Amino acid sequence: MITKKDVEHVALLARLELTEEEKEKYTQQLNNILEYADMLKKLDTENIQPTAHPLPINNVFRSDEAKPGVSNEAALANAPSKEEGYFRVPKIV
Amino acid sequence: MSLHKLTAHEAHELLVKKEVSSYELTEAVFKRIDEVEDKVKAFVTITREAALEKAKAVDDKIKAGEQVKPLMGIPMVLKDNMCAQGVKTTCSSKILHNFVPPYNATVVEKLQEAGAIVVGKANMDEFAMGSSTETSAFAQTRNPWNTDCVPGGSSGGSAASVAADQGFYSLGSDTGGSIRQPASFCGVVGLKPTYGRVSRYGLIAFASSLDQIGPFAKDVEDCAQIMNVISGHDFRDSTSADVPVPDYTSFLNQDIKGLRVGIPKEYFVDGMDPEVEKSIRQAIAKLEELGAVCEEATLPHTEYALPVYYLIAPAEASSNLARYDGVRYGYRAEGAEDLLTMYKKSRSEGFGSEVKRRIMLGTYALSSGYYDAYYLKALKVRTLIKQDFDQAFEKFDVLVSPTAPSPAFRFGEKVDDPIQMYLSDIFTMSVNLAGIPGISIPCGLVNGLPVGLQLMGKHFDEGTLLKVAHAFEQSAGYYRNKPNL
Repeated sequence: MITKKDVEHVALLARLELTEEEKEKYTQQLNNILEYADMLKKLDTENIQPTAHPLPINNVFRSDEAKPGVSNEAALANAPSKEEGYFRVPKIV
Repeated sequence: MSLHKLTAHEAHELLVKKEVSSYELTEAVFKRIDEVEDKVKAFVTITREAALEKAKAVDDKIKAGEQVKPLMGIPMVLKDNMCAQGVKTTCSSKILHNFVPPYNATVVEKLQEAGAIVVGKANMDEFAMGSSTETSAFAQTRNPWNTDCVPGGSSGGSAASVAADQGFYSLGSDTGGSIRQPASFCGVVGLKPTYGRVSRYGLIAFASSLDQIGPFAKDVEDCAQIMNVISGHDFRDSTSADVPVPDYTSFLNQDIKGLRVGIPKEYFVDGMDPEVEKSIRQAIAKLEELGAVCEEATLPHTEYALPVYYLIAPAEASSNLARYDGVRYGYRAEGAEDLLTMYKKSRSEGFGSEVKRRIMLGTYALSSGYYDAYYLKALKVRTLIKQDFDQAFEKFDVLVSPTAPSPAFRFGEKVDDPIQMYLSDIFTMSVNLAGIPGISIPCGLVNGLPVGLQLMGKHFDEGTLLKVAHAFEQSAGYYRNKPNL
């Protein structure tokens, strides 16, 4: 059972700021969804390997060669704030 | 002549015979867009000038004697989660409302090489999270067959634009049914290829182990032509598969006598619209008439697909969507004094409520103390679901089912009840979990709304799906139905 306090903790982990109304709504909706997900507990999966990926692809390597990339100018073109070729952000500490 | 109504291969024939130019085809499509876009609202961005310019360039090449390749000079539509250099790419989200990618997705590059004309970017559920295109931050796309109904989702704009003849074909992406379900709702052909068949480079990620790009087309032949262009390995997507790509058109006009078709009994459940079931049963009878051997199949873990999907997809999404922080691109909230507040405000103001719900769910499922109980458990059950398909395909060449439990529903009908909305993908999401290909093709109308037949195939066996789909389509003829707009 997820409480409003859990929702507040998860919101912080996800870097979301929720309104009181959203907190109430998500508490209820997440509980509904997880209650539905509880049906998975019926299955014995003790000896089952997890599938993280549908195809048997492992360790894809390529040769370590320099190739053209995105220029500094193009990389900054979408920045909400920039200065002297860098992204600009509010103070960190 | 109403050029916009043609299929891509019909338009191609006219280009080859020099009876029409790419410019004329493109103009006809924009004329159609001008006529119906107010009603349909399929687009986020329309790229008229660039498209007409490109069409002229293609015409010059044709005049100069260059061979006319199958999709060359044919206008098409991209879902707005595929990066096209210099063209706004929003994912129908406020957080990317002004994002202009500095590079092309691999599929966009391949289409450009093929000489395709991009007429615009299609509306979608925000970050492809939804089944009705109602979660778009910008517009509600309407179903061309009945504008009181949703087009399906998340690739609702891609499906609606093709159904409304606003493009000869389009690309969408499918994470749990987002190509097949809107194809079913809008009465067009929609194919989700095998995971890894088409490069995801430049596709804005939702759930990386499930996402796959695929075509919406007016008929199966067009679908095969599009697959020929977009398929293949890409060094920039390490999950794309290095498996040879056949000529998909070689599977058209083939006999399906003796083909083994499985009908998974778990897909014919209580609560399915009886009229939809009737259409599907008729379609199965048609396949038998064509010589296929149809028998009951079983996929015993089907009921677990929904909870597995709704743990894995949000978990991957919560990780993928961590990059939207207001630093490098997209929306940044004003007035935050420090970095953490800026992150929180930008994300909270930039994401819509379904996206936030899934980020919350995914973050919870991955968080310390719950990882084993939810996320790891879901990955293990995913193995069981995949094994169900492996076993079924030992006996059958393809599996057949409805694409969705109902035809298109009305606006607002499910938007406040996540589980009801999630259930509209109940027949499609297992395919993504197993990584196999699936196609939806029109198989009739119920109360004036299209119904889709889903065919599911073995890994990298899109060819057999196209073979069956083409045989069915040519014999049943439903693809000739057009909405009255």
